[in-house]
Amino acid sequence: MNSPAKKKQYCTFQLGNLDFGVEVLNVQEVMLQPTITAVPLAPQVVRGLMNLRGQIVPSIDLRERLGLPTSTERLPMCVVLTSDDGPVSLLVDQIGDVVEIGEEAFEPTPATVQGETRKIVAGVYKLENRLLLVLDVDRALTFELEVCGAA
Amino acid sequence: MIELDELVHDFLIESCENLDRIDRDLVVLEKTPDDLSIVAGVFRSIHSIKGACGFLGFTRLESVSHVGENLLSKLRTGELSVTEEITSSLLSLVDAVRSMLGDIEKTGKDGNNEYSELVAELSRLQALENSHQAQVLSESPAPSDTPSIESLASEPIVDANPVSNATSVPVVPAIATAVVEIAKTESPVESPKAVAASTSGGEAKSPSAADNNIRVDVGLLDKLMNLVGELVLARNQILQVSATLENPTLIATTQRLNLITTELQEGVMKTRMQPIGNIWSKLPRVVRDLALSCSKQVRVEMEGAETELDKTIIEAIKDPLTHIVRNSVDHGIESPEVRVARGKTAEGRLSLRAYHESGQVILEINDDGNGIDGKRVKAKAVERGLLTQEQADKLPDREAIYLIFLPGFSTAEKITNVSGRGVGMDVVKTNIERIGGLVDIQSNLGFGSTIRIRIPLTLAIIPALMVSCEGNRFAIPQVSLLELLRVEPEDSSTKIEWVNGTPVIRLRGSLLPLVSLGQELKLCSQEKAFQSGINVVVLQADDRQFGLVIDEIQDTGEIVVKPLSKRLKAIPVYAGATILGDGQVALILDVMQLAQRANIVSESRNANTSDVDAASDVDTHSAKTQSLLVFESSDGQACAVQLSSLTRLEEVERANLETSGGQTVIQYRDQIMPLIDMSMALGGCSIVSSGDAPTTQVLVYGSEGKAIGLMVHRISDIVHEELKIISSSTRPGIAYTAVVQGRVTEIIDVCQLIQNYAPEFSDNACSLTARDLPFVPDVKDYLEQLLPTETAQ
Repeated sequence: MNSPAKKKQYCTFQLGNLDFGVEVLNVQEVMLQPTITAVPLAPQVVRGLMNLRGQIVPSIDLRERLGLPTSTERLPMCVVLTSDDGPVSLLVDQIGDVVEIGEEAFEPTPATVQGETRKIVAGVYKLENRLLLVLDVDRALTFELEVCGAA
Repeated sequence: MIELDELVHDFLIESCENLDRIDRDLVVLEKTPDDLSIVAGVFRSIHSIKGACGFLGFTRLESVSHVGENLLSKLRTGELSVTEEITSSLLSLVDAVRSMLGDIEKTGKDGNNEYSELVAELSRLQALENSHQAQVLSESPAPSDTPSIESLASEPIVDANPVSNATSVPVVPAIATAVVEIAKTESPVESPKAVAASTSGGEAKSPSAADNNIRVDVGLLDKLMNLVGELVLARNQILQVSATLENPTLIATTQRLNLITTELQEGVMKTRMQPIGNIWSKLPRVVRDLALSCSKQVRVEMEGAETELDKTIIEAIKDPLTHIVRNSVDHGIESPEVRVARGKTAEGRLSLRAYHESGQVILEINDDGNGIDGKRVKAKAVERGLLTQEQADKLPDREAIYLIFLPGFSTAEKITNVSGRGVGMDVVKTNIERIGGLVDIQSNLGFGSTIRIRIPLTLAIIPALMVSCEGNRFAIPQVSLLELLRVEPEDSSTKIEWVNGTPVIRLRGSLLPLVSLGQELKLCSQEKAFQSGINVVVLQADDRQFGLVIDEIQDTGEIVVKPLSKRLKAIPVYAGATILGDGQVALILDVMQLAQRANIVSESRNANTSDVDAASDVDTHSAKTQSLLVFESSDGQACAVQLSSLTRLEEVERANLETSGGQTVIQYRDQIMPLIDMSMALGGCSIVSSGDAPTTQVLVYGSEGKAIGLMVHRISDIVHEELKIISSSTRPGIAYTAVVQGRVTEIIDVCQLIQNYAPEFSDNACSLTARDLPFVPDVKDYLEQLLPTETAQ
């Protein structure tokens, strides 16, 4: 079997009935979602700005991003990711565990997965009783630039 | 005296830093001799030390660094290549400079040691051809000796081994060369220090000037600032809680916490902000010394010295600013004789302005010197190989001035102590762009130039007005704020009126366009925005005013501007964001962008004269008061022409009027002057046939070469007053209608009249219509364009 060195740690979270994972190295922190200030004229996926200890951090509504039905209610949790343009917060339904998964369980996204999901999912881990979708952080956030550029 | 001390003090700290950097760079350079960017870096560092010496009068230090600079200059242009010998000499130069700085710190003078050997050595190296460099052996005692391996002390070898191991070069010969290299670079470092110690009696630790100051990483300050912000929020919460608990101990403690937090917050803020006056205060001296050395007279004016800028920004603009000021004095302002000959005052003016504008700080450096000659700039650029002749020919002069930002560019005829080495404007530009600023240059040949630096004020604190709109809070920078209004629907004096769907209100007699913030930000519909009584914030964007309709006006306060994430920068209407007292984020509106979005500031500003009144205090074309000559047409209608362009008034005998080719003419000063009958031109009956007076009055335009006259019925008055413009042009020949001395008066568009009634006079200027000219076209300008061609025929 593979050596333990090939294992990676993922921070998992739920969005609707989907399980997502982000490599822990990309995660700055996980927190209850603070109050968000809306940004008029911003693309839909940008829920607004939040104050993270004096730093102004944009919040991305991942449900909107994936085309899932969005609730106007306040999403309870957020995952703050580090990016080269400072931290960015993802609003999610629920935070899961940090799991350690070996490379052997990885498979590229099935070709039949289409649309927005395909764009931001880097691959799938086959876990015992569920599938964990690996979020391609760069692409999930790069998309924002394009939307803004067009706006 | 205090100022001088401070100057020297800063110079010492800065130079010590520069020297440390040069030390490091030179060592790296020896390993990668082809890296020209390092050479350029060293060159600039030495250049700035030398430059500062010049102002401070440390001639010895200056002359030593000047030689070094010459050598580096050759390295930079590739005339010489970097060898160990050169590096050694440069390092010993660094040490010499360092020991001189030590002397300056102790005695205030740059010592007695001339370092003639070092100077000779550097000059010799500079004069060398590439090919000769290898075989030189010098007799000068200290650094330039090519160290032979045997002569190396054992100490460096011990030092060197771990180094080469650490860089994992395990091959034995490599160690050997590494040893040699390191030893060579180190030996000169040691020797001059010893020399210095013996001459000046031990300068154990040179930069004691830096003892009272520590340099703190700005990142750390940022972190502190954020933490303090958090502390403030936590404090606020505790304050609220303690108020409900009514525990006396808790309340007392909380109040102390409150005070300490506030002070801490102020302290941390202060560490970062500095008034720009701090760096400006040094400039008058720089200018004075410089002006003296080029025998010029320059007066420095400053405005807005209290404008606060972030520490990082202050540091970053210090050198560029000095460069620009030196350039202005050296290249811009002419010598007193030239100035007087050109009709200017002998003393040149250099003005510095700093102010906030829409969330940015603008620095203007303006001089009334010669300006920048686009043609000369092009010629120089071609000469320096920065541009081909072909490219230069295509480039308009106006754009050519931007060439001065190219690396290696200089228009100075000779290399002086001051400028001309081509490390000027390119460095200025890169330094300013590094902090996210912009440099723009405007030049008016013969009248001076203005360099405008726009600096984003990422961390600056600005006063702002908080407003709310549809439940969102926004901050409006107070610089663009003029006044606040409340418009009640039933109040007839300030009610909203509609111009084809666009809301306006009358504000003190002029129309103020209204823009709904909610509508611009797509938060609500127009109907809703203007439904009931509204709050209006009157804002200034560029030279226009507009009213921003918002829901509620909250309060004013100082806010810390934080930049928006790059992902949101593409939305133009926000200048940034800020964190409010309650810990929530609010967006800062970019008034300029908002105005553009709402078409308040549009492309053509000259087109509608009806706006002139509204913008009269800012629009230069409206030129406050006008001098007008008022006359009556035959039907009693009051007309007026601008007095400024009129050449003279004549009274002519009716009997002298003649007709030539269907045109009324008169012999006037040995030439034939065509006459336009104003009454006829304005639709009345002819003055020639109707009137019974023996004479008629003529307004003469133009000069000796060619003149044209306007016959008028009766001149009534000459007035100087502010025009109240009622409407724009109603019929041909009329520029607009205005109220002059209580009478509705038609202001004549003389250019158009001449074109219509004396077409042969304007044959060559068909393309130039009066409509192209802003406001009322100046006839003098118009005629000047016509006359040269006319007289040439």
